[in-house]
Amino acid sequence: MDLNYTDEQNAFRAEVRGYLEEALPKRLSQKVAGGKRLNKADYDLWHDILYTRGWRAPNWPKEYGGTGWDAVQRHIFDEETARIHAPRAVPFGINMLGPVLQEFGTQAQKDYYLPRMLKGEDWWCQGYSEPGAGSDLASVRTTAVRDGDHYVVNGQKTWTTLGQHADKIFCLVRTSKEGKPQEGISFLLVDMETPGVEVRPIVLLDGEAEVNEVWFSDVKVPVENLVGEENKGWTYAKYLLTHERTNVAGVGFATEGYNSLKRIASREYSGGRPLIENPYFAAKMARVEIDLMTLQTTNLRMIAKTASGQAPGAESSMLKILGSVIRQEINVLTREAAGPYALPFVSELLDEDSNAEPVGPDYAMPATQSYFNNRKLSIYGGSNEVQRGIISKAILEL
Amino acid sequence: MNFELTEERQMLQDGLRRFLRETVTSDLLSEATESSEGHSQTLWNGLAEMGVIGALFSERDGGFGGAGFDLALVFEEMGRVGAFEPLLETGVLAGRLIAELGSDEQKALIEDVIAGSIKIGFAHGEPRSRYDLERVEATAEAGPQGYVLNGHKAVVRAAPSADYFVISARTAGNVADEDGISLFLVPAGAEGLTLRSYPLNCGGRASEMLLENLTVAHDSVLGEPGAAFTALERAVAYATAAISAEALGLMETIRELTTDYLKTRQQFGRPIGKFQALQHRMADVLIIIEQARSAVINLAGHLESPPALRARHVSATKYMIGCAARQVVEESIQMHGGIGMTQEYALAHLAKRLTMVDHKFGDTDYHLERFCKTQLVSAVPA
Repeated sequence: MDLNYTDEQNAFRAEVRGYLEEALPKRLSQKVAGGKRLNKADYDLWHDILYTRGWRAPNWPKEYGGTGWDAVQRHIFDEETARIHAPRAVPFGINMLGPVLQEFGTQAQKDYYLPRMLKGEDWWCQGYSEPGAGSDLASVRTTAVRDGDHYVVNGQKTWTTLGQHADKIFCLVRTSKEGKPQEGISFLLVDMETPGVEVRPIVLLDGEAEVNEVWFSDVKVPVENLVGEENKGWTYAKYLLTHERTNVAGVGFATEGYNSLKRIASREYSGGRPLIENPYFAAKMARVEIDLMTLQTTNLRMIAKTASGQAPGAESSMLKILGSVIRQEINVLTREAAGPYALPFVSELLDEDSNAEPVGPDYAMPATQSYFNNRKLSIYGGSNEVQRGIISKAILEL
Repeated sequence: MNFELTEERQMLQDGLRRFLRETVTSDLLSEATESSEGHSQTLWNGLAEMGVIGALFSERDGGFGGAGFDLALVFEEMGRVGAFEPLLETGVLAGRLIAELGSDEQKALIEDVIAGSIKIGFAHGEPRSRYDLERVEATAEAGPQGYVLNGHKAVVRAAPSADYFVISARTAGNVADEDGISLFLVPAGAEGLTLRSYPLNCGGRASEMLLENLTVAHDSVLGEPGAAFTALERAVAYATAAISAEALGLMETIRELTTDYLKTRQQFGRPIGKFQALQHRMADVLIIIEQARSAVINLAGHLESPPALRARHVSATKYMIGCAARQVVEESIQMHGGIGMTQEYALAHLAKRLTMVDHKFGDTDYHLERFCKTQLVSAVPA
């Protein structure tokens, strides 16, 4: 038992921190810290910064141009990028599709797509959810019908995060209606420039169009864009989901969120004293801080298991639940801390170069925005209820 | 970073788990409950023989352990079987205080403690002190014959079986001062020391201890007179780690009992564990137990940290354990239904013992408040 990082791990942290402090422009980290709207160029810049240093794919083996880091190194990297207010590295290509292609893709697919992913030449998005297939993903109805050397795709995907920036989408499509629903699904790569693909934004309750609907009308997709075997897509889909759940606890984000809450609660006043000294508010903060201190260790314990070769299993479901609940609680307290200035919503103020006059302290509006936006944490990536189902089957064996 | 047990600790854990599983039967627990001593001498002798008491002391003090992770290991196993031996009082509280503060003569007792031949109680809490460590009303006045002690010590656990006591009393200062608290090592049968003993909800027995002109020699003080608080706080930090680990062990066994019940109890033609309402509650129980385990590790790893950081971890861990204990107990009784209400079923004793953890060394409210104080000290990040 030793709760300390090794010398090598501390040196690694220093190396990561050193590079990020030097390479990440202040303008960009301030934008992220200030809760401003990020555009495609911001993400591209961040991806370039990582690519230049060889850090674009922390979860890939070296042979494909990844870092080859172990689970603890990846955790340290996640903590450091959150600490410095870097944008979130868009995960759909690197974290999700990448591992699937490495495991199940043809040589041609690997050779073509993986380097483009690393360099940011393709922006991938995820075509999983449909209006009738959310938690019950196996009921996808988007069809792909073989027609010579093409599939013809028809249907609709939804909740496609940052699909407005994407030029490629990986999709679960139905290629057979025989047998169990899981047995007729295939995994298809679609170029979004193809005629018949249409992206429509969905404005969420925070006023932002972070997600989209993607419509397919007679979209012709070459058969070589099929990943693996036809009707075996469910296997690849599940494989992808286990990789989606790396850094699932979001401890780095939670820590940064809590530090931000502390700053805000020490600047806000209640009864003539800093809010952080109000015993009722301080008690609520203490509860979440204790939860977070404990989650840090739970996260490291489970990471240590992965580092020693055990695959991340249903433990990641526990981390997903704990991490999302704690981050949402921090969002609640931050919104509460903002007080009456949590009310104003002036959309232009979220733009970097806005000339609009600020209303109240600069942290207030993002506090409300994050609160509403992060309701998603317990819904996406398998809702917390789905995760409980996984725990009860895989661990409790009920 | 490493969350594996060392080879020595792994051996101790395996051996102790096997021994306790074989030894601690429901018959043994009921006999212990009904005995006037409030524990099982058979079990105690067995623990001593295995070297379990020695694992609570450092090599310097004649043992072979004594670190936070040694305590955590031993007490988690004790918790798994719901045992209520006076191990915490003798081996962690009184034992550590004597080892840290005692004269060579006083320290000579540790050898007998490790051998299991004597037990030492810890008489500190009082009717009005609740969980405040510094609140001591009992007095010790220095006189020509030694010290004269007067006061009332409340719910002195394991007192009926103790051969000696470590007793706190104030030699100077006001009721809630940290300075001025002294500790005395006193034999159990001393004149002026009376016990009124009773059984406990968590198993075992305790006593109200009245000190009425109890006269002790000058050399029965442990360490410097009036300066015991620092050592007291440290010993209680170790005890909090131990009882938190015991709570974790209790939780693990309750989890096993409840999961088994969910798999076997049939209603509406299927095992009740097939119902989603219960699956999700059980998943949450599992998650909070993982958090409880991390909380124990956090504290065990910070017992030798500087006092402010240690206090922060003591309170964070005990708060988390208190929350988890309540959820585990209440959910497991609920999911068992009627059978969970019966005294005869194994859950009853474990659930009661786990519930009572919140009434020892500070409950969730006490520790949340204490944590808040440490939080304000920690600087707001720029």
